Amino acid sequence: MSSYVAIADRDHEIEHHDPQTFIRKYVWSQDHKVIAIQYGITAIFVGLIALGLSLMMRLQLGFPNEFEFINPESYYQFITMHGMIMVIYLLTALFLGGFGNYLIPLMCGARDMVFPYMNMLSYWAYLLSVIILLASFFVPGGATGAGWTLYPPQAILPGTPGVEWGILLMLVSLAVFIVAFTMGGLNYVTTVLQARCRGMTLMRMPLSVWGIFIATILGLLAFPALLVSAIMMLFDMNLGTSFFMPAISSMGVDPGFVGGSPILFQHLFWFFGHPEVYIVALPAFGIVSDLLSVHARKNIFGYRMMVWALIAIGGLSFVVWAHHMYVSGMHPYFGFFFATTTLIIAVPTAIKVYNWVLTLWEGNIHLRVPMLFAIGFIFTFIHGGLTGLFLGNVTIDMPLSDTYFVVAHFHMVMGVSPILVVFGAIYHWFPKITGKMYNETLGKWHFWMTFLGTYAIYLPMHYLGFQGVPRRYFAMGNTDFLPESAQALNAAITISALFVAATQILFFVNMIWSMKSGKKADPNPWDATTLEWLTPDTPPKHGNWGPDLPVVHRWAYDYSVPGYEDDFIPQTVPPEQAPAGRDHGVVD
Amino acid sequence: MSEAVLDTTVEPSGASGVSHDFSRDKQAFGVPWGKAMMWIFLLSDTFIFSCFLVAYMSVRLAATDAWPVPSEVFALSFGGEPIPLILIAIMTFILITSSGTMAMAVNMGYRKEKNKTFWLMFATAMLGVSFVSMQAFEWTKLIQEGVRPWENPFGAAQFGASFFMITGFHGMHVTVGVIYLLVIAFRVKRGYYERRGNNYEIVEITGLYWHFVDLVWVFIFAFFYLW
Ligand code: HEM
Ligand SMILES: [Cu+2]
Repeated sequence: MSSYVAIADRDHEIEHHDPQTFIRKYVWSQDHKVIAIQYGITAIFVGLIALGLSLMMRLQLGFPNEFEFINPESYYQFITMHGMIMVIYLLTALFLGGFGNYLIPLMCGARDMVFPYMNMLSYWAYLLSVIILLASFFVPGGATGAGWTLYPPQAILPGTPGVEWGILLMLVSLAVFIVAFTMGGLNYVTTVLQARCRGMTLMRMPLSVWGIFIATILGLLAFPALLVSAIMMLFDMNLGTSFFMPAISSMGVDPGFVGGSPILFQHLFWFFGHPEVYIVALPAFGIVSDLLSVHARKNIFGYRMMVWALIAIGGLSFVVWAHHMYVSGMHPYFGFFFATTTLIIAVPTAIKVYNWVLTLWEGNIHLRVPMLFAIGFIFTFIHGGLTGLFLGNVTIDMPLSDTYFVVAHFHMVMGVSPILVVFGAIYHWFPKITGKMYNETLGKWHFWMTFLGTYAIYLPMHYLGFQGVPRRYFAMGNTDFLPESAQALNAAITISALFVAATQILFFVNMIWSMKSGKKADPNPWDATTLEWLTPDTPPKHGNWGPDLPVVHRWAYDYSVPGYEDDFIPQTVPPEQAPAGRDHGVVD
Repeated sequence: MSEAVLDTTVEPSGASGVSHDFSRDKQAFGVPWGKAMMWIFLLSDTFIFSCFLVAYMSVRLAATDAWPVPSEVFALSFGGEPIPLILIAIMTFILITSSGTMAMAVNMGYRKEKNKTFWLMFATAMLGVSFVSMQAFEWTKLIQEGVRPWENPFGAAQFGASFFMITGFHGMHVTVGVIYLLVIAFRVKRGYYERRGNNYEIVEITGLYWHFVDLVWVFIFAFFYLW
């Protein structure tokens, strides 16, 4: 922390900064690009575990009692670990630790993050949190089965799987993750604010950076609530305090708690939990804006509006949390307040959606793999956003809460949509990261099977929810109101899920094969304007820019500007050499 | 710091001037990276303490047993009648004083007075140490009187729980601050910053953290001892 003259500010003397040994270069690396890849690979690895867990849940739901190794206890463990891993350890880590690390310095024209050493520590702490989390599968009693929301009292009382060790490891792992995120997040925010290259005003930054930037701020302000609730729950568990625990009889025994408030936990959790959904959504919003603009050869529609919408959504996301608690018991006026704020958030969100669609309007659309994923995102996101409007209204939410309708809502909006963007982004930047081209045909197959397959999974879930199929049930039990066909639908969903999971092999084959024997990539294969495509080397070397930092003269979206020979003008082209596009860095 | 590469010479005024200033190239704030980062960290830390304090208010209101009377619990007698809140008054005074010495250290840093900076930082750290020691004394006293995180003889169990948790968390911040201060102070003494362009910015960054920890204490003091 002591000296702030890090390499991001040095124009020259790069050479002796290049670490030589393998270990320094790829393991204890302080290079933001290597750290990004470390984050990315670790996140995808745990994501695959979470995918496996979801398949086991689907097997039980589709074909109840066919599989001996799935019992109610393990089912709850699968549910919990699946949710937590996907939300925190995969998506948060991948978007901010992965894409944030890779893109922020490159797109802002910096040599690295402002504090590379802390950035490295961030990755290692993240890895530690992952190891602690995964260890909970192997301790006596196994992982916790409290549900990803970890609601007390049940989370720490006997009867819930993993009360012995699982919940302890979960809480500790979350605390370590928060430390890791904070070290990284401080770097991302400071780099964006203070270390951009000359000419790169905030209003010239690509929307990818904006999305990641705002999401990181949300993280820095929302994770504290999770940290505090984790600490308080650890106290309740280990010291017998009663923050969250009311006087209660657990399996006929009095565990000795008195006077705590379980609702307090819910408030703290969702004060973190709702911003968290936008921590995942905002980077996806930003990245998808760039993908659409590049592959439609058009400037993003309403850049300024897009930036302000990101900021507005970020701000509003802190005042809607209790829409997750309509059924927990709340004063009706509070319900009214939170329903109103929730519906207001739909306004900036809708603005973004309109602008994406208008960006495509009359564009010169190249349906390459990243573009397919970006357009797929618009579909799934509109879909999930609309169901959010249903759930945001108290009276409509009452019957739908804790049914499969909610599961469908958040998987469309927070599962499928960001994952489509993740894939799109990986295909889009793959040529820069590896220097090789991926296989277009395989990529297209991967897109169509994933896109249609996920619809086959989640569309029927809305219908199941309307019928009243409850969420988080191991088996339906005494639910006579459900028709036989609900089970048939469940079986169909399971088959689609297995299919979608299997098609992901195409992605990994494509990545690994292309990395080894793909065609050598052009430094700027998509004719994009942003700085990361203008590095002297592909993949960029340590320090990114060679001897001189880039100088920016225009915004990131000068595509198809009339009167210029190419259909794109890189951000570094000065106004003398090309017509000024619609530059929003200039006050107009 | 940077000549305008903006293709404009018009500087807007009023509200759009403010937003223009923030969005200028290279830096949004005219401060070193470390300082910007410390501010952002403190903002995040503010949310942690706010969550703790709001949670404390909530459990206090929800508790089913009566809340202990702070002026009785936190009284100390020196032979005669117990004096309410005396220890805590001294502790608060010490911490506020340490903010004063810290501010002087920052000032001396800017004047490049190496030795004075060192001694003032050292004094700040020592005041911090005495604060933590008195806190340890207070904890010991309460523990001897039977206050535990899970129960206490004076009333609601949540009293001990939130007291130990929140003052403990704050005490940890002070302890970390003391270590941080000492590390930087000894670097100042050894001439580490003198050799690096005589730049004592780091003293101010340390100071930011220290003042923050002080400020948080004022809130904890108000909510635990005066409410
Ligand atoms: C117009 C926008 C949105 C509205 C009005 C909305 C509304 C809601 C409401 C009211 C619930 C609670 C349902 C219940 O438990 O009964 C909910 C759940 C959820 N939403 Fe949204 N939402 C919106 C957008 C999003 C976005 C963008 C994401 C993520 C990227 C998201 C992720 C989630 C998740 C993960 C849950 C379930 C949490 C759980 O109970 O485990 N939502 N949403
Ligand atoms: Cu929400």
